[in-house]
Amino acid sequence: MSNVAEQVKKIVVEHLGVEADKVTESASFIDDLGADSLDTVELVMAFEEAFGVEIPDDAAETIQTVGDAVSFIESKAN
Amino acid sequence: MFDLTNKRALVTGATGGIGEGIARALHAQGAVVTLSGTREAKLEELAASLGDRVFIQAANLSDRDSVDALVPAAEEKMGGLDILVNNAGITRDNIFMRMKDDEWDSVLEVNLSSTFRLCRAAIKGMMKRRSGRIIGITSVVGVTGNPGQVNYSAAKAGMIGMSKSLAREVASRNITVNTIAPGFIATAMTDELNDKQRESILTSVPAGRLGSVEDIAAAAVYLASDEGGYVTGQTLHVNGGMAMI
Ligand SMILES: NC(=O)c1ccc[n+]([C@@H]2O[C@H](COP(=O)([O-])OP(=O)(O)OC[C@H]3O[C@@H](n4cnc5c(N)ncnc54)[C@H](OP(=O)(O)O)[C@@H]3O)[C@@H](O)[C@H]2O)c1
Repeated sequence: MSNVAEQVKKIVVEHLGVEADKVTESASFIDDLGADSLDTVELVMAFEEAFGVEIPDDAAETIQTVGDAVSFIESKAN
Repeated sequence: MFDLTNKRALVTGATGGIGEGIARALHAQGAVVTLSGTREAKLEELAASLGDRVFIQAANLSDRDSVDALVPAAEEKMGGLDILVNNAGITRDNIFMRMKDDEWDSVLEVNLSSTFRLCRAAIKGMMKRRSGRIIGITSVVGVTGNPGQVNYSAAKAGMIGMSKSLAREVASRNITVNTIAPGFIATAMTDELNDKQRESILTSVPAGRLGSVEDIAAAAVYLASDEGGYVTGQTLHVNGGMAMI
C-alpha cells in the first residue's frame, strides 16, 4: 500500500471511528463506512490539511470511495 | 455564568446602535471581538473605548468580494472565530406597489445574502473546532409582517429559515445557529420620533417602553455562551410582548 493510501486510511479510521480492515480501497464512505454528508465534507478538509492539497468542490463530489481519495491526492502530488 | 473568556467574536454592524451594544456586552464577558462596519472612523472610536482584546475590520456587505474577505481577515486577526453575529442591516421602505427592484435587491443583498456568505465562510473553522455560535439579528416584522417593508420582512424571515436549516446541518458538531428578533429598540433612529409617534408605537407594546440595546445584547450573550449550547434553530423574541409567538 502506498504512503498516501496508508495515511488516507488512518484519517478515515480516526474520523469515522471504523475498524481499519473495513477501510478497503473500494469502500464507499457513505454506503460502507457509515459516513453522512457532513462527514464527507470533513474528510475532504482533513485530506486537504494532511496532504497540503486543495480539493475543489466539484472534485470533492466525485470522491466517494477510499480509492477515489487516494487517486485524487496522488494525481495532485505528481 | 456566561463567561466568554478566550472566545473570539465577529460582530457586523458594530458601528450601529444594536451592534455596538452586542460588541460591548460580548467584550465585557471576556470575548475577543472584531468590530465590522463601513465607517472606519467610528470603528476606531469604538475600539479605542473598549481597550484591549479588540480588532477592527471594515467591510461593505453590499460588495461580495468585501463580504468574502471579512471572515478570513477576522480569523487571522483573532486566531479563529467562535462567535459570528450577523447584525448589520438596512431598510429601504416603500409600499409594495411602488417598491423598486433596487430597493428589493439591496435589502436582500445586505440583510440576507451577506449573512449566507459570512456563515459559509465561518462554518468551516467551526466544524474543525467542533464548536461555534452563529447569531443573526432578524426582526419581529420578519414574523409578523409590516406594511411598507416587504423587502425587509422577506430578508428577515429568510434569515430565520436559513438559520433553522443550517442549525439542523451542524448541530451534531456542537455549533448552534439562532436568531434574535428585536421589537422596537431605542437607537439613534428612534430618538428622532416625536412624542406622538412614540406614544402610538407604545400602545402596541405591553411592556410600555421601547427596548434598549442592552436588552438585545443580553440575549446575544446568552446564545453565545456555553450555557446556551442546547438552544439551536430558535428565534429569541425580545420585544416587550408586542408579539407573542
Ligand atoms: N432598532 C430597532 O428597533 C430594530 C428592530 C428590529 C431589528 N433591528 C435590526 O437590528 C440590526 C441593527 O440595527 P440598528 O438599529 O443598530 O441599526 P443601525 O444603527 O442603523 O446600524 C446598522 C448597522 O449596519 C451596518 N451596515 C449597513 N449597511 C451596511 C453595508 N452595506 N455594509 C456593512 N455594514 C452595513 C451599519 O454600518 P455603517 O454605519 O458603518 O455603514 C451599521 O453598523 C439590523 O439588522 C436591524 O434590522 C433593529
